[in-house]
Amino acid sequence: MTARIELRGVTKRFALRGRRPLRTRDARGRGPRPDHTVTALDTVDLTVADGEFLVVVGPSGCGKSTLLDLVGGLTTPTEGEILLNGAPVTGPGTDRGIVFQQYALLPWRTALGNIEFGLETTGLPRRERAARARDHLDLVGLTGFGDRHPHELSGGMKQRVAIARSLAAGPDVLLMDEPFAALDAQTREGLQEELLRIHRRTGRTIVFITHGIDEAVLLGDRVVVLTHRPGRIKEIVPVELDREGTDAASLRSDPEFTRLTHRIRELLHDEVALARAREREELAA
Amino acid sequence: MSTTIGRSVRPTSPTSPSAVGTGPPPEPGTSGVPDRAGPLPAGALRAVGRLLTAVATRTVALLALLLVWEMAPRLDLVDRVFLPPFSEVALAWWELLIGGQLWSHTSASLVRSGAGFGLAVLLAVPLGLLIGRYRPLADLLNPLLEVFRNTAALALLPVFVLLLGIGETSKISIVLFACTWPILLNTISAVRTVDPTLLRLARSMDLSPPALFRKVVLPASIPTIFTGIRLAGAVAILVLVAAEMVGARAGLGYLINSSQLNFAIPRMYAGIITISAIGLLVNHLLLTVERRLTAGRPDERG
Repeated sequence: MTARIELRGVTKRFALRGRRPLRTRDARGRGPRPDHTVTALDTVDLTVADGEFLVVVGPSGCGKSTLLDLVGGLTTPTEGEILLNGAPVTGPGTDRGIVFQQYALLPWRTALGNIEFGLETTGLPRRERAARARDHLDLVGLTGFGDRHPHELSGGMKQRVAIARSLAAGPDVLLMDEPFAALDAQTREGLQEELLRIHRRTGRTIVFITHGIDEAVLLGDRVVVLTHRPGRIKEIVPVELDREGTDAASLRSDPEFTRLTHRIRELLHDEVALARAREREELAA
Repeated sequence: MSTTIGRSVRPTSPTSPSAVGTGPPPEPGTSGVPDRAGPLPAGALRAVGRLLTAVATRTVALLALLLVWEMAPRLDLVDRVFLPPFSEVALAWWELLIGGQLWSHTSASLVRSGAGFGLAVLLAVPLGLLIGRYRPLADLLNPLLEVFRNTAALALLPVFVLLLGIGETSKISIVLFACTWPILLNTISAVRTVDPTLLRLARSMDLSPPALFRKVVLPASIPTIFTGIRLAGAVAILVLVAAEMVGARAGLGYLINSSQLNFAIPRMYAGIITISAIGLLVNHLLLTVERRLTAGRPDERG
């Protein structure tokens, strides 16, 4: 397996504007000291293999979304570098597709129109765009819904359209920012299976951010657990579940599945407790 | 976007023919119209019943107003000279129509307000898009905009007359001035409030700035821009009528004012009625255009 994405010592700090300085610890654990920047990510080293399904979990505010923005080229790292296919990331590009939690569909376009929107920067001729959009509509199981506008689609269908749009542009990497968080449990489970199927079929590298521990173990080849602010890699949990030919329900009842979710829950539990304590501290300060 | 979750298709208006047989069961009192049952299917019958109810609901208050208007002077509740019964006003209106004066006044007003309104749209929409897009420009111009939009346009009427005379120029200019603000401010806020997720999406796709503008910002802004245009439509008529009361020789404002001075009270009311009819018509027209332009999406202004 070759490396698709590499993060080398990536640190991201944000300037705080018009806010009280936060107390943060530096990399060697000194402090607390007043600081006018907030460190979202701290010296993160991570390699994502080609075709891997990598899931990132962590307490809220741990820099999960920042990680995704960095790989997507929407922000630049303060320190360190990010390589995509061996070349440094300098900005956004069609080689990476982002799926947002809020779908980000254009309300004035139909489902097909939205998928085609993802192809309009690729320079494909119009006829080919339409054909490719239709193929991807079929891929996400929305055949026959191409003429619907987003407000005529359910939340799950909207997210399917958004996934199709990202995939249609033919990215090397699919970046998903809590894509199923706004959906009800049944719809979410359906989409999780669908995503696994799509991943198997397309062999695409996926970086998937979530709050859900179940979701992380169900989907990921590896699960990265981040620490609370500043975000560092606490542990990378490999998931060795045999997903071939089994459905999500039987996977969930697998003892290994239970063991892994328990492990990740434990890892997160400390971080969430730490996050709470720190919030109280900041409020009191 | 979360506000649109669970919304289904746009509710059809009660008078829409597409409501046949698809709507909820009819309200009590409308279902039983047995005398016309005949060969009509029950669904169509119910639709006709609903239509009649809708028409009745919409007109009953209006009819009541006209009835009070007709009866109050006749019963000597108000002075008949100052508020003649509606029938006399209608007669005066008819005479004005036959005599051609009504059309000449109306067309004079429509040309002025149309010109001012049209120029305002042509000026304010591009300017608003520009200001909304470039923050430094907005910071620079915002204090100025605040001053102007909080100055009643009619308070500036004497200034316009002093600078531009009492002719067409000053009248069209004041309409242009008054119409500019609602359009400009709505356009600016439309561009500013484009769903940030859509902008993030566009950025992640590496869309060029012109493409971003054409494919995302502009279509996303249209509903809010159009709200501004509709407001301006009402403003255009409002301001024009007032402007025509000062030093004009034609126009509905002039008709109303001169009729009052000449004590042709029914004619004065005829002029007023014409203006409200035009106001309603313009609003309806702009609403129709707005619906056409924003077809296929939910009402985003909630």
